[in-house]
Amino acid sequence: MAQNYYQKEIETMSREDMKKLQSEKLVKQVKHVYENVPYYKNLMDEKGVTPDDIKSIDDLHKLPFLTKADLRDAYPYGLLAKPLSDCVRIQSTSGTTGRRVVAFYTQKDIDLWEDCCARAIVAAGGTNEDVCQVAYGYGLFTGGPGLNGGSHRVGCLTLPMSSGNTERQIQFMTDLNATILCCTPSYAAYIGETLKEQGYKPEDIPLKAGIFGAEPWTEEMRRGIEETLGIKAYDIYGLTETSGPGVAFECSEQTGMHVNEDHFYAEIIDPDTGEVLPEGSKGELVFTSLDKEAFPLLRYRTRDICVLTRKECSCGRTLVKMAKPMGRTDDMLIIRGVNVFPSQIETVLLKEGYEPNYQIIVDRVNNNDTFEVKVEMTPEQFTDKVSEILAMEKSLAGALKVMLGINPAVKLVAPKTIARSEGKAVRVIDKRKLV
Amino acid sequence: MAIKQLTVFVENKQGTMVSITDTLSKHNVNLRALSIAETEDFGILRLIVNDEETAEKVLREEGYLIKITDIVGVKIGDAPGKLSAALKVLDDNKINIEYLYAFMARTEKHAYVVLRVEDNAAAETALTNAGFHLVTEADVAKL
Repeated sequence: MAQNYYQKEIETMSREDMKKLQSEKLVKQVKHVYENVPYYKNLMDEKGVTPDDIKSIDDLHKLPFLTKADLRDAYPYGLLAKPLSDCVRIQSTSGTTGRRVVAFYTQKDIDLWEDCCARAIVAAGGTNEDVCQVAYGYGLFTGGPGLNGGSHRVGCLTLPMSSGNTERQIQFMTDLNATILCCTPSYAAYIGETLKEQGYKPEDIPLKAGIFGAEPWTEEMRRGIEETLGIKAYDIYGLTETSGPGVAFECSEQTGMHVNEDHFYAEIIDPDTGEVLPEGSKGELVFTSLDKEAFPLLRYRTRDICVLTRKECSCGRTLVKMAKPMGRTDDMLIIRGVNVFPSQIETVLLKEGYEPNYQIIVDRVNNNDTFEVKVEMTPEQFTDKVSEILAMEKSLAGALKVMLGINPAVKLVAPKTIARSEGKAVRVIDKRKLV
Repeated sequence: MAIKQLTVFVENKQGTMVSITDTLSKHNVNLRALSIAETEDFGILRLIVNDEETAEKVLREEGYLIKITDIVGVKIGDAPGKLSAALKVLDDNKINIEYLYAFMARTEKHAYVVLRVEDNAAAETALTNAGFHLVTEADVAKL
């Protein structure tokens, strides 16, 4: 397959030149952060590091890490490195104060993020001849805005569908001959199943490629989506903390995602010691924003377990490749593309007058995540009327939806019926087989 | 006037019902009437028993979620149209029924209907004024 690149000079840059570029950007970035983010300056001071100690990318390991806890402590403005008057946008994850990530962007930050997404679209075969249907959610969620921007940059005709309303998705897809679909893999599978039910054969569907991310998926799922839709399905990775989708993207080889390392430098560390591990080791993925202005996180611990490789890629890109994340070092779940922490559910229960005795059960049925929350009722809450219990379940599901952004099935159960092992309740049962 | 109803939360899994009835029988609690409201995930078992204090105590000890509710009991003739007549009284008085169930007396030619309404007193007055005979806790114990 003939290769196209969105920014060839960067994407195929020699290792030596890339290191030089990364080093130049890092030196400048550390100075910028040290001077403008007192929170990070303190961390550096505590560690006894000054910007003068950072002379190249090889000195990165000297810098302190940032964690989710730092994001919580510094919420909302503590890690902001530019005046608000220079910022043009925020994007955010769901969650409680502190758990919620609010990322700020200058116009330059938006530009580089959209460039990253454009690289992903071009790597998936996209050109200005294509019609790109973006069925990620638009709004605070980074999925829609990121791919929308990338699609504009490539010059595709962009269909800003947002997620949901599958009938309408299919109507636009078939009427306007969409050739590239961007959404979560589970939604792609759902659209595929719906098309199949409506009698569409893969060859009748105009799509040729899909860019799917924001949630874990398997090779098996990929094959299923590729068959049903008659496309090549590409993975994409990102997180709001760094920018959004496009931090890494898959090429025609489909053996891992190229990290846009001219903007986001990736390290793999031992999650216990913090020590940087050599290429090919499994460990926690850490990202440093090399040139973001407003929200430039240095050595941010993603909690994703991952492997990096610099093996030569048949697509010609020299950008380091990351494997699909193989798990998490914390208790975060990704359900229907949304990050969910058990503690968020606990917060809602307490607020709604329930005891924090609950269990989350996640499964994947027909390529869609099911999300059930069992909650123990107190004797005072119990009533002889079925309608009242159903109303309580509905109201709790509504409160959880407000917090999490996705709708759980709430099931009220009797006290002390949620399984406990060694006296400790089992909070999460994840039946999905994703690795 | 009202009758005490014992309500039990029943998880939708095998063996729950029999374990409830076993517990009651072990403590000599006799059932007068029962009804179950079920959903996909759980059921609500409503019981009229001869000794609700014992029933409540032993089921609570077994860890069941229990609620005692006052409900209205009314005696009706065992003939076509008798239930309708009672229900019409409530309807005429704009009293909404949440649920009801009925049971037969063993010896007399009577049926009993138990009703869950928002306002017990209003329902009782309406039924009494219309000439219905209400069932009391003492009646239930004797049944």
